Amino acid sequence: MELNSLTILQLGEKLRGGELTSVALTQACLERIAVTNDKVNSFITVCADEALAAAAEADALLAAGDGGPLTGIPIALKDIFNTRDLLTTCGSKILANYIPPYDATVVAKLRAQGAVIVGKLNMDEFAMGSSNENSAAGPVRNPWNLERIPGGSSGGSAAALAAGQVSLTLGTDTGGSIRQPASHCGVVGLKPTYGRVSRYGVVAYASSLDQVGPLARNVEDCATLLGAVAGYDPLDSTSVDTPVPDYLATLKDGIKGKKIGLPKEYFIAGLDADVKKAIDAAIEIYKQLGAEIVEVSLPHTDYAVACYYLIATAEASSNLARYDGVRYGVRKDEGEGLIGMYQQTRAAGFGDEVKRRIMLGTYALSSGYYDAYYLKAQKVRTLIRQDFLTAFEQVDLLLTPVAPTPAFKIGEKADDPLQMYLSDIFTIPLNLAGLCGMSIPCGMSGEGLPIGLQLFGKPFAEAEILQAAWAFENATDFGGTLAPL
Amino acid sequence: MDSKYEVVIGLEVHVQLTTNTKIFCGCSKDFGQEPNSQTCPVCLGLPGALPVLNKQVVEYAIKTGLATNHSITPRSIFARKNYFYPDLPKGYQISQFELPICQHGWLDIETEESGKKRIGITRIHMEEDAGKLIHTDGNSSAVDLNRACTPLLEIVSEPDMRSAEEAIAYLKQLHQIVTYLGVCDGNMEEGSFRCDANVSIRPWGQEEFGTRAELKNLNSFRFIKQAIEYEVERQIDVIEDGGKVVQETRLFDPDSGVTRSMRGKEEAHDYRYFPDPDLVPLVVSEDWVERVRAELPELPAAKIRRYSEQLGLSEYDAGVISAERPTADYFDALVTLYPNAKICANWVMGEVSRALNENAIAIADCPVTPELLAGVLGRIEDNTISGKIAKTVFEEIWSSGGSKTADQVIEEKGLKQVSDTGAIEAILNEIIAANQGQFEELKGGKDKLMGFFVGQVMKASKGKANPAMVNELMQKKLAE
Repeated sequence: MELNSLTILQLGEKLRGGELTSVALTQACLERIAVTNDKVNSFITVCADEALAAAAEADALLAAGDGGPLTGIPIALKDIFNTRDLLTTCGSKILANYIPPYDATVVAKLRAQGAVIVGKLNMDEFAMGSSNENSAAGPVRNPWNLERIPGGSSGGSAAALAAGQVSLTLGTDTGGSIRQPASHCGVVGLKPTYGRVSRYGVVAYASSLDQVGPLARNVEDCATLLGAVAGYDPLDSTSVDTPVPDYLATLKDGIKGKKIGLPKEYFIAGLDADVKKAIDAAIEIYKQLGAEIVEVSLPHTDYAVACYYLIATAEASSNLARYDGVRYGVRKDEGEGLIGMYQQTRAAGFGDEVKRRIMLGTYALSSGYYDAYYLKAQKVRTLIRQDFLTAFEQVDLLLTPVAPTPAFKIGEKADDPLQMYLSDIFTIPLNLAGLCGMSIPCGMSGEGLPIGLQLFGKPFAEAEILQAAWAFENATDFGGTLAPL
Repeated sequence: MDSKYEVVIGLEVHVQLTTNTKIFCGCSKDFGQEPNSQTCPVCLGLPGALPVLNKQVVEYAIKTGLATNHSITPRSIFARKNYFYPDLPKGYQISQFELPICQHGWLDIETEESGKKRIGITRIHMEEDAGKLIHTDGNSSAVDLNRACTPLLEIVSEPDMRSAEEAIAYLKQLHQIVTYLGVCDGNMEEGSFRCDANVSIRPWGQEEFGTRAELKNLNSFRFIKQAIEYEVERQIDVIEDGGKVVQETRLFDPDSGVTRSMRGKEEAHDYRYFPDPDLVPLVVSEDWVERVRAELPELPAAKIRRYSEQLGLSEYDAGVISAERPTADYFDALVTLYPNAKICANWVMGEVSRALNENAIAIADCPVTPELLAGVLGRIEDNTISGKIAKTVFEEIWSSGGSKTADQVIEEKGLKQVSDTGAIEAILNEIIAANQGQFEELKGGKDKLMGFFVGQVMKASKGKANPAMVNELMQKKLAE
């Protein structure tokens, strides 16, 4: 489908010029989804009727010469975003029947800008996972190799792009859930600074780490979508009231003279050889583009995974308490009283990984353990953030691998949670620090699997990361291509 | 009370605030509406909804804290208290744990038994209320979340009280302060001001506290007193019988006057408190605190002091008038217009309060406003009317719904006092003539009869004769 090779700004020109209608574009997406979703399983819900109606409205707007860059552009959302009157399961059995009465702030923003929501994307249950195997809707398959995982937890969001089903998706990133699947699927994904995008209406996993972000097949689309959803929201007390820059205005300014740091703790033994080769090559390209490369240190990196699994699970244990079968969602009640109803509902409604994390988090917060686990983890978190801020006194950006290996096989780590957790070792520290980061394609493995590189920026330096990403994309041939399905 | 044991009481008071909206969302907190009609994604605890702090709640908390001598925490934190219950939609209550908004306060109380005493207050924190369970027939319960997320202050005292009397004195004063501040409507039956009492006993001289029981369902001052007294006796009996007091929650039953264990329902909870990541730390600047302090109304204790020291009222009168803020406001307005505090106090506690009671009207709605009443008092002062006629004038103004002034009533009804010596003397002469015998007795020293003659004159003049003048003329006649 040649439409898939255009950026959304180019699509917008065609829409405005009357060469293309949003209805036709949406129809093309729906057809592509229809023929590929059996293989990839990226969509949980496709809302064809609503999408076509929204597309018709967008066409009317466009015909009147109104609308912005997203008007009439099909988009799909991770099933973690509340969408009014549209099933929102969060990948869980416990919300298998949940139809929200309200839109998340980002969804409302997209609708207001005329974007066409075509459906809801598969994900690890409650965003807990690195492989998208933990979904009540079944695993998502990597479009580049259907035996492989697409990454997680926004696996559907990355796979839908690689499969050419849509050009834009939204995901969330709590410990790498945008960047890691983007890397495994050969697409672009950005995790904004904590507070940059509203979390209102985004089903919470770990509130102090969760952040909404865009995924796309190219850097320009990613920048366009970020600009459309970013900004202060009075409904989210943790969103930050700082102006949203025009990300497209500075996108092509280049990175000449910028200092890029390589944190030595991220270049460890055990890094897959193909990944190392791709990253080394990428470093060379940045040198050629005029960036200065220096080594830096983030000394507390080793503690990040442990720290994350205390804080994230503690918050999750509390955030997921509301799924009790009382007011909404699936209830199991075999007549054994209130406590029985709670137990049966939660036993049947939550998957194993969710239960594991609720138990870990409950333990970490328990009286007598709080100081040793949760409080200690918060202190470590401060040190990890300090590591980054110190490094950013010397450099403008950091460059690292996204994942230690390319996408692994479905089932390969399913029985080994610790190995699974360690696959997020390069993405987790950024969430703990609350900073922004991005994954862009930088090569293919010998087995034909995409490899991504990661750029980290200072607080609210999304524009700088996008600039560096665009410079790389412009200088190379990686990314932008669809998986051969 | 058994003299072998000292009673130790600490109180936790929940004060429901009178803000227009809930603490973490914009829903109205109107009561008595259709179940679940005053709700939104936030107070329903829907997936993805987030709390946003209502600034007015913070302002009320600061007010209450300052009025009870607390220091205001510059950076306070909201915490989640985690437990499962169907009336708690998120599975946790947003409250404060470490770093509450107000810390280290106190109130001075006075009781007959122990005189003046300072009661420490550990803390005041803000939190959200839960919803309500409505138990329907059979096996099911319904959940109404209209009350969910309404703002509460929890005021936790030190275990400083040593008798039910002290506990009541503390509570009454706290109740008076929050209603004075206007942060709470003070309605105990409806639960706007509710109290849990921690009660324990220990042998005199023992420093260590005894095991406490937490008493709940105390929705009037009388019940609180009854419950504490019953509980103290119960604990003494348990110990005297060689038993041990168990730490537990006990429910007061107002019908039988006893407390009953809630065991089974109230197991040892681990609430797993931790800072709520959805709310940023609350920073209260010194400026903010000082602004609220400047806006604080004069509180009852200060009013009593001013009324007795500056206005010369008795402590009793000062106490009665300052007991409720609307009364004090009325009195303050009156006394600025008519600066004889004693007379003002007598009218407010006498005629005004009688009329209000008879008509079941709140003083704020009194048809005879301070302005109108000051007009009446002015006419007494300048001898236009007598004190007795003034009551008639007051009633006339009242029945006009406050549409007439004292002067209008006096004019219309011809109530102007007769101060014409000739007219009064004429009446007096007639009365003396008709009661010659009594007049002679009076002359002979039977002073009691003075009242009779004055009364007769007043009666004959329909109360309009100037009583001072009548007295004066009588003296003259007697001296003749």
